[in-house]
Amino acid sequence: MSRNTECIAMLLAGGQGSRLGILTKHIAKPAVPYGGKYRIIDFPLSNCVNSGIYTVGVLTQYQPLELNDYIGNGQPWDLDRENGGVHILSPYQQIKGTAWYKNTANAIFQNINFIDRYNPKYVAILSGDHIYKMDYSKMLAYHKEKNADCTIAMLEVPWEEAPRFGLMLVDDDNAITEFEEKPKNPRSNKASMGVYMFTWEKLRRYLLEDEANPNSSNDFGHDLIPAMHEAGERMFAYPFDGYWKDVGTIDSLWEANLDLLDPKVDLDLTDTSWKIYSRNPSLPPHYISPDAAVQNSLIAGGCEIEGEVDFSVLFSDVVVEKGATVRDSIIMPGTVVRSGAVVQYAIVAENAVIEEGAVVGERPEAMQNLDDWGVAVVGEHITVGKDAVVAPKAMVDTDVSAVR
Amino acid sequence: MRTNNVVGLIFSNAYDSAIPELTTLRTMGSVPFGGRYRLIDFVLSNMVNSGMTKVGVATKSNYQSLMDHLGSGKPWDLSRKNSGMYILPPFSTKDSGGVANRIELLQGCMNFLSHSKEEYVLLADCNVVCNVDFGELLEAHVASGADITAAYRRGVKPALNNLMSFAFADGRITGISVGAPTGEEEAYALNIFLMRKALLERLVNEAVSLHFDNFERDLFQRNLQTLKICGFEGKGFVRTLSSLQSFYDVNMELLHKENRKQLFTPERPVYTKVRDDMPTIYGLGSEVKNSLIADGCTIEGTVENSILFRGVHVGKGTVVRDSILMQGSMIGENARVCCVVMDKNGVLKPGKTLCGDKTFPIYIGKGIMI
Repeated sequence: MSRNTECIAMLLAGGQGSRLGILTKHIAKPAVPYGGKYRIIDFPLSNCVNSGIYTVGVLTQYQPLELNDYIGNGQPWDLDRENGGVHILSPYQQIKGTAWYKNTANAIFQNINFIDRYNPKYVAILSGDHIYKMDYSKMLAYHKEKNADCTIAMLEVPWEEAPRFGLMLVDDDNAITEFEEKPKNPRSNKASMGVYMFTWEKLRRYLLEDEANPNSSNDFGHDLIPAMHEAGERMFAYPFDGYWKDVGTIDSLWEANLDLLDPKVDLDLTDTSWKIYSRNPSLPPHYISPDAAVQNSLIAGGCEIEGEVDFSVLFSDVVVEKGATVRDSIIMPGTVVRSGAVVQYAIVAENAVIEEGAVVGERPEAMQNLDDWGVAVVGEHITVGKDAVVAPKAMVDTDVSAVR
Repeated sequence: MRTNNVVGLIFSNAYDSAIPELTTLRTMGSVPFGGRYRLIDFVLSNMVNSGMTKVGVATKSNYQSLMDHLGSGKPWDLSRKNSGMYILPPFSTKDSGGVANRIELLQGCMNFLSHSKEEYVLLADCNVVCNVDFGELLEAHVASGADITAAYRRGVKPALNNLMSFAFADGRITGISVGAPTGEEEAYALNIFLMRKALLERLVNEAVSLHFDNFERDLFQRNLQTLKICGFEGKGFVRTLSSLQSFYDVNMELLHKENRKQLFTPERPVYTKVRDDMPTIYGLGSEVKNSLIADGCTIEGTVENSILFRGVHVGKGTVVRDSILMQGSMIGENARVCCVVMDKNGVLKPGKTLCGDKTFPIYIGKGIMI
């Protein structure tokens, strides 16, 4: 490759997201639908393009079919390019044998050849499962200004949530003095966002060392970054103060979707200067019938709404029949809610059918014991039969038969 | 029948003068329609969905917005190494001084046609909104052994200059009139014609050499005896736009489920340029009834019997009724809008009222602020 690229991005998209249960049965977590028309991976991909990074390697491993198909040649993100563009990097056979990506650092290690082809000065390592808008070019400028070897994006989280994250202690110059990985009693609330900027020459060396270390678990947060720190490399935290959400659980996925309806939440997807791109289905505008009542919701193309929709996110091609009610819920593409059915506090995956009179989920106010309450989930292509009930917190991945 | 042996030729400017309000700044092909489309999307998608892979788009004037919309033809899968979409700018020779009529326009496309290896050519305009399988048209054309097959529709003829209506005998067209609409049911042309490419080339060359300048009279009426011209009835939702009123009425017809079903079938989707808007946001207190609403809108007021294009804003306390608001229209708070066609990026300031009538919709030009 003759034309040098200053910075390329490697997007870790191989994770299963096991805590999302049946939603990630057939798809990797970055392919999980979000926000009425997006998939989670649209966010880091769009961030890359908006930041001027046009070479992106997407590392896939778990259930890659849907993700590969979705990314395709990268055209929706302007990443179908002659130089660079998006590349799907899956594990491959080598002369030594076949190896899966053991962990995050190992995944990058196995693609050193890919990065070398572009011979970049800097490499951004991104995670494919967070919702946020971030200008990586500003982070790169910061990385250069600090003459850093590694820069880690840092977000101040509420103290009570801090134990869930990898935390950093920094000095006045934001140089990192210490790391804490999910401590019980945190001394810092500055969490790592899983967004790293490395000087490639340095990262390359540490990847080789990390791979040679038999005691390493080959993880960035766990092994490689502490090793760099111990060796005294220049490591800085890059403060970020915007919306950032790890949609790792059903509750956080549900919340993150409904965050879009909260004007106080700092995630504006209407901003034309930082568009989030996605693959768009060819569907007509959605239709709201004379019988419908729609409030405080997000509705995508192709939907036919004849019932009541309140505080919900409806993806494309959803049908809500007359007399049906959808509230406080996320309904993914192609799902049909038949007349008289009620869907509340629920996530319904793609192409499901909620038959007449069925009830999915429950309002927390109606619960006797709040501990039993949770968001109900209906899997893709599932039929919830006539008058059937799906309890709160339930996860349904087989058809629910009708009640006679 | 597969139609990859047919090259398409679309006239993007045909009947521009019928809807001067919408076409002063653009071609008929780039007139917005149905919440997120441009008129050319329908004929282009029909061609692509029928399996055609080579389409020329003939232009005459004001085709900047059209080119912006079509780009490389990617949304229609017509950005191809072999074939694909070709925008054909007007071709005027030194002494002709611009392109005046359809025959001259065709003459300018002769180079494109002669370099196409397809056996047949399909001509079409943009002011006809329909979802038709051109494969069936080709099948009928071959089965009847016709020289030319003309698609038509039965109904009251739209008031367009020189629009042909047909009389039939023994399955072929035996009479063509270009008179004014009678108000009675007629079989009128949809201006979709299929013929052998070689025939079109011969007809155009003859017409040019004889200084003929009228497409309908000189290509069709004169040749009625010598050529076998057959008809093909367009069924389903087929509408010809002939005025601002009919533009308004046909848009409003999309509020009926049956019409939407016929025009937007999952088997033959209508493709268009993607704008990457987020889904539409319905605010607290929004009240929407019987409306077609595209992505990227923010609705905080009341919307009834209306069509909202992408990125329209309707403020709090505002009532929008029986209106078509094109891309990026902003309606301020506590305003009233009734029977209005608002072109792109129009602005209505808070508290203002704009009212037309269903039989006389008010048109607000592109980017006008009130």
